[in-house]
Amino acid sequence: MGIILILAPISMALGLAGLGAFWWTLRSGQYDDPAGDAARILIDDADNQIS
Amino acid sequence: MALTYDLARAPDLSAFLRKDKDGSASLDLLVKGARCAACMSKIESAVTGLPDVAAARLNLTEGRLSVRFTSPRGDAARVVAALDKLGYPATPFDPAKAAQAHDQESRRLILALAVAGFGAGNAMMFSVPVWAGLFGQELGPATRSIMLWLSAIVATPCAIYAGLPFFESAWRSLKAGKANMDVPISVGVILTLFISFVETFLNGRDAYFDAAVSLLFLLLIGRWLDHRLRARARSAAADLLALQAPAATVLGLDGLERVKPLSEVVVGERILVRPGERIPVDGFVEDGVSELDNALLTGETAPVDVRPGDTCRAGAVNLTGQLRILAIAKSEDSAVAAIARLVEAGAQNKSLYVRLADKAASVYVPVIHSVAALTFFGGLAFGLGPREALLRAVALLIITCPCALGLAVPAVQITASARLFRKGVLVKSGAALERLSEVDHVVFDKTGVLTEGRPRLIEAPAEALALAAPLARASAHPLARALAAEAGPGPRATEVLETAGQGVEGLVEGRSARLGRASFVGLEGVRGGETELWFAIQGETPIRFRFSDQLRADAAATVAELRALGLGVEILSGDLEGPVARAAQTLHIDHWRSGQSPQDKAAVIDALTAEGRKVLMVGDGLNDTAALAKAHAAMAPGAALDASQNAADLVFSGEALGAVADSIRVARAARSRALENFGFSALYNLGAIPLAMLGFVNPLIAALAMSGSSLVVTLNALRMHGAGKA
Repeated sequence: MGIILILAPISMALGLAGLGAFWWTLRSGQYDDPAGDAARILIDDADNQIS
Repeated sequence: MALTYDLARAPDLSAFLRKDKDGSASLDLLVKGARCAACMSKIESAVTGLPDVAAARLNLTEGRLSVRFTSPRGDAARVVAALDKLGYPATPFDPAKAAQAHDQESRRLILALAVAGFGAGNAMMFSVPVWAGLFGQELGPATRSIMLWLSAIVATPCAIYAGLPFFESAWRSLKAGKANMDVPISVGVILTLFISFVETFLNGRDAYFDAAVSLLFLLLIGRWLDHRLRARARSAAADLLALQAPAATVLGLDGLERVKPLSEVVVGERILVRPGERIPVDGFVEDGVSELDNALLTGETAPVDVRPGDTCRAGAVNLTGQLRILAIAKSEDSAVAAIARLVEAGAQNKSLYVRLADKAASVYVPVIHSVAALTFFGGLAFGLGPREALLRAVALLIITCPCALGLAVPAVQITASARLFRKGVLVKSGAALERLSEVDHVVFDKTGVLTEGRPRLIEAPAEALALAAPLARASAHPLARALAAEAGPGPRATEVLETAGQGVEGLVEGRSARLGRASFVGLEGVRGGETELWFAIQGETPIRFRFSDQLRADAAATVAELRALGLGVEILSGDLEGPVARAAQTLHIDHWRSGQSPQDKAAVIDALTAEGRKVLMVGDGLNDTAALAKAHAAMAPGAALDASQNAADLVFSGEALGAVADSIRVARAARSRALENFGFSALYNLGAIPLAMLGFVNPLIAALAMSGSSLVVTLNALRMHGAGKA
């Protein structure tokens, strides 16, 4: 019985971490340009990357 | 028509710059032709290398380049010129329109969807042991109580956050004195949460926390699909508008040229219109001689001559010579204003249209709510306790949840519009598809819709064509180009001199030759119903080349196909009687009218509507916009004026008119899929209601039934992928 009181909060925390991570990807515009992101990884030159 | 900017003239594009808060400026451009990583790095490094440019980033998905300048006065023209040199034509976005591109609503829906997903998953985790306890396994009341409380802690905040879009919409609808689909959803969710709390307090077993959140999760999927459909259409429409370059080249007092967004042009400004450009606002010609193509304004195919002192109307295309015009009206007051008012009246008409889902809701809401009330009071009358009676009523509300209804239409419409999108047809909204499916009569404009909208040589002696071709190749006039296209590649004439509005002269095989209007070759000719060019070469009598606007290759097939679909077909044209009659005869269309003004066209649509017909208007011109807006459904080709595209529900690109028949077929298939989905939901509810009333529903059955019905509805929608094929 006691194990539930430990495991339930842990699972909740993991779920919340996942939700937070998704929120972060959404806010940082990671779904704005899927085609561009796929292509950008092929560009070798690191100098013209804009953060 | 895309504007191309010439570095030599270096027009000032500063009106397109967006001022940022930190004192710098930025520019959004639509870039054509960028497809791969190489294009991307080429464009970005070239633009970043320009002076004053702080950063450049290309969005490959949307084809948009954002440029940030270091100073508030960035040189936008240089960026456009640099891109042009690389081979990627670019057009600046109107700053106001670029700002709309940031889609806040979509982000909010996705976040709500994520929260609902999290809530549903985690609440379910605590529900599973409770469900297991329903079948008599060991689960003490204390453990069950802990599980329910944990479930409540997770589900309640998630349900409140994820439910906000529905609660807000339901509140708006109730304030307006109506009940849309969001009303039963909101009532259901709030009542479920409330009753679940009561049950948890009283140590009961029927708590539906997980059901409330997963209901919202499923509904948000439908809501988000519907939003995406509209957002994609909006951004595609914005791209088309940017390509049509709602910009004017204004001549300043200092003699410098500035390119301004149309909305900023004021009365009294001098505007330069080069050949090939559209007249931006109504005005007087101050300088220059040219011919104007009014096809999109009036439907006339023959060009009209203009010289200093003449007025010209916004929307006409300048064909041959450069014109300087004095603006006599602002963009929004130009000749289109009268038509725009008609368009507005038509648009209001369309907003009265009740969507299929709302029609279903208007039946569903009262029925379900009265059945739930009946269950409660009936339960009391048959001697159940108030708690048990209320539980059964709530179970009924949950199990008949409209999540299948909420998904039924958006899922079908998104697959249908994706199918049409691949065929080059852009659907503006889900309601547009619904209206298109009900259409029983199709009215076509002629010029640019049934026909290609550009002249083609129809009658010419072969030897004369070979002689005239070198001269034609040297000219920019549309008729000359049509002639050159017919003749194929070959030599150009030498010592060419082009007189705007008259013709072109030069040396062909050592002899002087002229190609142009009848008076230019020394004849006193009269312009007939058709467009023509005269060709004269030294020592021979002038020869006439006749042109006509050819019908689209699949026009006849499309008309036959529409008839086969059971639709009436009619032509409404602003053109002269001759060409319209010929087109109607070739296409075997009995009903046609020529010489129609924009008001006439709108009146004909009204008359047809009054007869009880549901009209699909297909048109491209400004003279069609009122009719487009008044018709039950409207389509416009991609080459149409932006005003027409705004008034149309669907826009098809490409040469094939067959898109009209395809769209109707897909819209009809979508409608029957949506009706099937409604039918399925009704059937399922008919089965579920007695079960809930008799108290056979527990939280496990509610959860299974809810996701099961949504799954069936979605799978049925996916059948759209194969539907509507000829």
